[in-house]
Amino acid sequence: MPAAPRRTPLYDRHVAAGARLVDFAGWEMPVQYAGIREEHLAVRERAGIFDVSHMGEIETRGPEAEALLQRLLSNDVERLAVGGAQYSVLCNDDGGVLDDLFTYRLAPDHYLTVTNAANHVKDLAWFRRHAEGRDVTVDDALERWAMLAIQGPLARECVQAFADAPLPERFTVATRSLAGHTALVCGTGYTGEDGVEVLCSPDAAGAVWDEALRRGVEPAGLGARDTLRLEVCYHLYGNDLMESRGPIEAGLGWCCKEETGFIGSGAVRAVREAGPAERLMPFKLTGPGIARQGNPVVGGGEVTSGTLSPSLGVGIGMAYLPAARAVVGEAIEIDVRGRPREAVLAERPLYRRPTA
Amino acid sequence: MADASYPTDLLYHPEHDWARIDGDHATLGITWFAQDALGEVVFFDPPEVGATTAAGESYAEVESVKAVSDVIAPLSGEIVEVNAELSDSPEAINEDPYGAGWLVRIRLSDVSETASLLDAASYESSL
Repeated sequence: MPAAPRRTPLYDRHVAAGARLVDFAGWEMPVQYAGIREEHLAVRERAGIFDVSHMGEIETRGPEAEALLQRLLSNDVERLAVGGAQYSVLCNDDGGVLDDLFTYRLAPDHYLTVTNAANHVKDLAWFRRHAEGRDVTVDDALERWAMLAIQGPLARECVQAFADAPLPERFTVATRSLAGHTALVCGTGYTGEDGVEVLCSPDAAGAVWDEALRRGVEPAGLGARDTLRLEVCYHLYGNDLMESRGPIEAGLGWCCKEETGFIGSGAVRAVREAGPAERLMPFKLTGPGIARQGNPVVGGGEVTSGTLSPSLGVGIGMAYLPAARAVVGEAIEIDVRGRPREAVLAERPLYRRPTA
Repeated sequence: MADASYPTDLLYHPEHDWARIDGDHATLGITWFAQDALGEVVFFDPPEVGATTAAGESYAEVESVKAVSDVIAPLSGEIVEVNAELSDSPEAINEDPYGAGWLVRIRLSDVSETASLLDAASYESSL
C-alpha cells in the first residue's frame, strides 16, 4: 500500500482557500484555487504566492563543502560568492541529468541546495556517497524548511512591506525578518517574473502566507506554476530533463563548466564537441490543439512538455528533435493522439513581458 | 461557474455524461461533476458529423489547461450535429454544461439502450 501523501505546513490554508489538491511526488499539493488561467494571469500582471514546501533541501557544510559541490554540480561552484545563488545540473557518470538544482552559498563553508521533490532521496544518497572520506557534512534539511515563492511584477513590493530590510537582488540570498520570523529570502523564481523565494521554518510559513495574502498576493497552484515556467522555457525534471539525456541536449550547456571536472563532465564535453544528436526546442502550435508530454513529432522527435499558454492563447511546449531539424522557424507536425497538429519551432522564451 | 445540478429530465451515464432524449434523437454532453473535475475547459475538438458513437466508448475529447479527458458516449448512434460554438467558446462547457455547453446531437441506432442509463437521483447518488 502506498504511504499516505505528506502535507505541507500550509495544508489547512489550502483547503480553506478552496484548493483542488492532488498527489504530487508523494505530497498532497494544491494544483489550483480559482483556476489555472486566472492564477497564471495574476502572476503575470500582479503577484501570486506558491507553496513549494514539497521541494527538498540539502545543506552541505565544512572545509571541503566547496570541493564536494564542485565535483557534483555542473556549474563553477568556486565562482559562487557568499550570498549568491547558482543554477546547475547534477549529472551521473554518463552525463545524464539526475536533477536540476539551485544552490545558495550561505557562508564560506555552508551551502543550501534545493532539490526537486521526486529526486530528493536520490540526490541526498548521491551527495552522501560522494562525501565519503571528505571533511564535509551533508544534511537532509527537508523537514527544517518550508518554501514559498512570491512572484509577479508586484511581488517584491508586497513582500518588502513586511520585511525588516531591503530584499536581496536577483540571484542573491539574504537572511531577513518577514512578519517577525527569520527567513532566507532568495531573488529567484520559476515563472519568468520578478519576485522572491522564501525559505523559513515550517512554523513561520503560515505567517508569511497570511501577510502576503493580506497585501493582495493571490494564491497560485502547481498548475499555474507549470504553465508559467513553460511559457519562459524553464525545464521541468521528469518532463524535459531525465537521466537518459544530457544537459547539452537540453540546452543547459550554459550552466556546465566541464573544466571543473564535475562528475559526468567527460561525457558532457564529448557531446558539446561532437554536437548533440538532438536538441530540446520550444514550439508554438499554429492552429488548434494542445500538444502534450509524450506526443511524437512526425518524422522524429518527442514532446516533453505541452500545454495551452494562458498568456498567448495557443498550444505551446518543448520537444526533443533531431539536431538537423532543431532550427527556429522550422515547421513541424505533432501527432496529438492520432491527429496531426501544425507547429513551428520558436525562440526561447515563448513569452516575453510586453514592453510598456 | 454554475452550482452543482443534475436536471431530472436527462439520463446519465456513470462516466459522467448526460443525454437528452428526443424521440429517436439525443443531445449529449458532460455533467456538472465532469466539468468541475476537469477544471476550465480550454479546447473541444468536435467529431465529424456522420461519425458514429458507441455506448460506453469515447467519441471526443475535452481539454483543460492541465489534462485531456475522453468523452464517453452514453448511447450508440450517428452524429447529426456538433456544437460549433464551442470552438470559440469552450468555456460554455463549464458555464452551462446542460445548455450552451452541449456537445453533439445523435440519431439513436438502438432506442432500447436508454433503459440502461441512470436517472438524475441514481447518478447523483453514485458520485
